[in-house]
Amino acid sequence: MARYFGRKLLIYALTFFVAVTINWLIPRFMPGDPVRAMVARAGLQTPEGVAAMREYYSSLFGFDVPVWQQYLNFWGGILRGDLGVSLLAFPEPVTSLILGAVPLTLGLLIPAILLSWWAGNKFGAYAARKKVLDNAVLPVWYVLTATPYMWLAILMAWALGKVAGLFPVGRPYSASLVPEWSWLFITDLVSHWFLPFLSLFLVAFGGWAIGMRNMVIYELEADYAHYLSSLGAPPKLVRRYAFRNALLPQITGLALQLGVIVGGAVVTEIVFDYRGLGYLVLEAIKATDFFLLQGIFLFIVIGVLLANFVIDIVYVLVDPRTRAGMGGDR
Amino acid sequence: MSLAVEDLRVYYRTLRGDVRALDGVTFSLADHEIMGLVGESGCGKTTLGKSLVRLDGRMRHVGGTVTLDGRELPIGEDARMNEFRFAEVSVVPQYAMSAMNPTRRIGRMVRELVGSRGIPFASVRSELDRRLALVGLDAEVLERYPIELSGGMKQRMVMVISTLLNPSLLVADEVTSALDVSTQRAVATALAGFRDRDLVRSMIVISHDLSLVYQIADTVTVMYAGRLAEKGPTEVIVERPRHPYTQLLISALPEVGVRYGGKRLAGIPGSPPSLRPPPPGCRFRARCPLAYGKCAEQPPFAEIEPGHAVACWRAS
Repeated sequence: MARYFGRKLLIYALTFFVAVTINWLIPRFMPGDPVRAMVARAGLQTPEGVAAMREYYSSLFGFDVPVWQQYLNFWGGILRGDLGVSLLAFPEPVTSLILGAVPLTLGLLIPAILLSWWAGNKFGAYAARKKVLDNAVLPVWYVLTATPYMWLAILMAWALGKVAGLFPVGRPYSASLVPEWSWLFITDLVSHWFLPFLSLFLVAFGGWAIGMRNMVIYELEADYAHYLSSLGAPPKLVRRYAFRNALLPQITGLALQLGVIVGGAVVTEIVFDYRGLGYLVLEAIKATDFFLLQGIFLFIVIGVLLANFVIDIVYVLVDPRTRAGMGGDR
Repeated sequence: MSLAVEDLRVYYRTLRGDVRALDGVTFSLADHEIMGLVGESGCGKTTLGKSLVRLDGRMRHVGGTVTLDGRELPIGEDARMNEFRFAEVSVVPQYAMSAMNPTRRIGRMVRELVGSRGIPFASVRSELDRRLALVGLDAEVLERYPIELSGGMKQRMVMVISTLLNPSLLVADEVTSALDVSTQRAVATALAGFRDRDLVRSMIVISHDLSLVYQIADTVTVMYAGRLAEKGPTEVIVERPRHPYTQLLISALPEVGVRYGGKRLAGIPGSPPSLRPPPPGCRFRARCPLAYGKCAEQPPFAEIEPGHAVACWRAS
């Protein structure tokens, strides 16, 4: 067991190293000089002023040392939790921008993904043995999941937000409020949160339900299901086994979903003007804010690796066949 | 007499009409009898075995009765049949290698299975250990997952599970087909051992392997194209079969100790008829070297001597 996780951890550490290196390389190979852009924005007239400003920014962003030292400094910064200064919201540090956006994104995505996973699996397993549901209700989700998500989201924002006026559209909370622990603020937050959540939930729910339905039908035709039925086991027991076994691939699917959680909601956040990480990505690209982009990518990498590691552990707990690969011990 | 099957008809429903996989099968099984059921692929032997335990979704019980220990089995009604399964009729399936849930420890699966039938696990626990020892398995296998067992171990484990409630009838479908020769022998002996210890009253051993059947069966029944061709004591069927199909089947087998230097083993030319629907008359007619005019009529499955029945006009 220890050897298994040791090996896994080593692989994750290696992946992290490579990903961070690539993350550092990409902005430096991209066209465009952030320092020149900053200086140009200042609109200085005299060459002395420009030179002084260049020097100031170069030392501020650490461009005045050799490349290898820049790379080491970058790692040092990561370990200290310092990801540099944002160009977009200068002089705000990247870390504080990201930390401000992360709760909004996670608060939107984690409930949407987990609830849709749970409900979708239950519903799919139920639909697998109820013909009426399978033929009448599931097709609605065939259409929903096949619909381009951004179109669906815009339609929901328009129909439920603008026309019906049930929910406010745009921003995580009203611009007139400041975050605080008050009833007014929390209800406002939830009403802004609901539409983007619902759009994510509906689409993901259909995907999980359809996948689960197929898996359960497949498992119910597996040999062990037939054998149990031949020995007079009640359908309840057979279905319980089938559900549990059908859940295994769904857990992998959940891992992938949780992994891309950070970057995954860009479209939702843009459509609903919900200012989380996805929104920040778009802003960073528009403003060629390399440091912010780099910081967000680092968060995505960490998110993917963490989610994968958690799922690795879950898998060992639920599927004995994984345990067999751990070198003989049970 | 423990089992009596009367004119059993089970068809497979397909889009292009019914496939008459079992078309009027009549036989009986005495107490303590091990009946070998042989025939080539598609002759209906597995369908017959399944019909006695659980029809799958495509099978339809069209007619005939199955009586076990004086009670008629409701083989066409899946829910009512549950009462008889495991306790009265049980099966060692063709797919014993994958018959156990891969994500449950075997002991826990047995506990849940037995519990779901309303029997407390504690009451069968000691018997389970005894049976495991009987087939040469350590009680420790109950703590393992199916993937941790070898093929032969899984096969024996499934045999132990299937016979745990001392069924009156056990259907063993191709139990040795997936095993190598040395393990085949052990499994066959274990099966006969269950009968000898009276853990199973009577048994139907389905196989395409006549030599395995010869080792353990008291009687042999030969099927051809959905009907019985011949049934009789094992010695009689092997030494002096009367149905031309049985004769050709046995002559196609190599004999141990005989050298076939100059001579080729004979096969049976042709292939079985389609069962959708089957041609009238004797079904073996088209491949039979002895066929004559009378064979256009369906021959009855009649006894030609006590305990030996043949469906052939030439035999009676």
